[in-house]
Amino acid sequence: MTNPSVNTDVAEPSASDAPLHSTPLVDAHRALGARMVPFAGYLMPVQYADGILAEHVWTRTHAGLFDVSHMGQAIVAGPDHATTAAALERLVPGDIAGLAPGRIRYTQLLTPEGGIVDDLMVTRPADPSEDGRLFLVVNASRKEGDFALIAEGLPAGITLTPMPEKALLALQGPEAAAVIRRLAPTADDFAFMAGGPTTVAGFDCHVSRSGYTGEDGFEISVAAVDAVALWQALLADPAVKPIGLGARDSLRLEAGLCLYGHDIDETTSPVEAALVWSIGKRRREEGGFPGDARIRRELADGPSRKRVGLKPEGRAPAREGTEIHVGGRQVGLVTSGGFGPTVGGPVAMGYVETTFAAPGTEVSLIVRGKPLPARVVTLPFVPARYKR
Amino acid sequence: MSTHYTKDHEWIRVDGDVATIGITAYAQEQLGDVVFVELPEVGKVVAAGAEAAVVESVKAASDVFAPVAGTVVEVNAALPDAPETVNSDPEGAGWFMKIKLDGAPAGLMDRAAYDAYLATL
Repeated sequence: MTNPSVNTDVAEPSASDAPLHSTPLVDAHRALGARMVPFAGYLMPVQYADGILAEHVWTRTHAGLFDVSHMGQAIVAGPDHATTAAALERLVPGDIAGLAPGRIRYTQLLTPEGGIVDDLMVTRPADPSEDGRLFLVVNASRKEGDFALIAEGLPAGITLTPMPEKALLALQGPEAAAVIRRLAPTADDFAFMAGGPTTVAGFDCHVSRSGYTGEDGFEISVAAVDAVALWQALLADPAVKPIGLGARDSLRLEAGLCLYGHDIDETTSPVEAALVWSIGKRRREEGGFPGDARIRRELADGPSRKRVGLKPEGRAPAREGTEIHVGGRQVGLVTSGGFGPTVGGPVAMGYVETTFAAPGTEVSLIVRGKPLPARVVTLPFVPARYKR
Repeated sequence: MSTHYTKDHEWIRVDGDVATIGITAYAQEQLGDVVFVELPEVGKVVAAGAEAAVVESVKAASDVFAPVAGTVVEVNAALPDAPETVNSDPEGAGWFMKIKLDGAPAGLMDRAAYDAYLATL
């Protein structure tokens, strides 16, 4: 048998031989029997003793706890919200100016050609004393470049301050709200994509009602020195189990969410990636962000290719890199694919020429040299259960 | 009847001139939850070291090699519909295929040698 450990989507070797970083929870992961792998320059748990399938199903039925401390957290600070938001809007297509206090927006950093440098979450603090500040969470694999790009793009008087002293936990699943209520009674008051400062199990945290699994849930930013104690307090609840990167990947794939470096990168635009919903109406009309010419042209005329969901027939998974054919001709490429435990079969997403992007379109996926019948489907594969 | 092992973490149980082939407990542990198995056609002639089957876990796809040369005479027809058997009973009910041997198998390890090999990993 070929060595399976070299062929996983999540276990990406580091770009160099540089020593791996670890999060404050590395020893806690090991104590729980985690299998640790290199990911985005960090040593991270790909799975714990129960395995990816069981962890995935647990998150969809109870509450899963994820260490996402490898992600980059930072504050952009300026004199007032209008000024700070206008500065960040020079770099992203999201409507940041229109963000209400205590609300979160998903957006993208863009290249001058409108490709995606990274996708990120932007929070406007609720507290008026923090007016003019924005809290960013970016991908681990991109954070150094992101922070350099943002710092360079900000005008005088507006600063970017990375927060390596913070850890980040995600609690996801239908029982996440009940769990958080027991440790932080007010946290359940946040609606989806809202958040604010909250004491959780006695620790000062910033809690957001957000996540990347398609489930209701919370992301909890906490001082790195408190991370282990907070992790233990959350795990003490019998509804909570630790979940590794393997299940995080299958959960987000079923939820139809993009993984940076796979489903989106500097060659894909937000329009091609079917992220148009994240571009504010005012921004579409006014432009004023990198690549706005391409993006507004694609909005008007349609992009030449589009990200779609793909449901293979049968049981064989179609992995990243699988060619998508129609009528014997390649029309696209799978960018994420595998087994969806909740779907109970293979699921994938990828880019196809726009002509073939309509749901129901029959395509062939070339798996091990043989055409595997599949259909274009509407994302997500598993309905989202966010708390609106 | 004798059981042999390969560095690719396959086991070969030889009974007369027929070898039953599967992956070891170590291999299934490394793979994680198996969700898909593709078996060869009965009658296929395989060379030693040739790709003969596919096993996929949630995260990874791996080839299963024919550790011996011969002709596939039987496959585990229950496996494609119950791939999790590879996890629960890898060296028993989770067998993949039976190959009628062309000659004596060569270059294989016995259990003690395989255990010693595992200890080096």
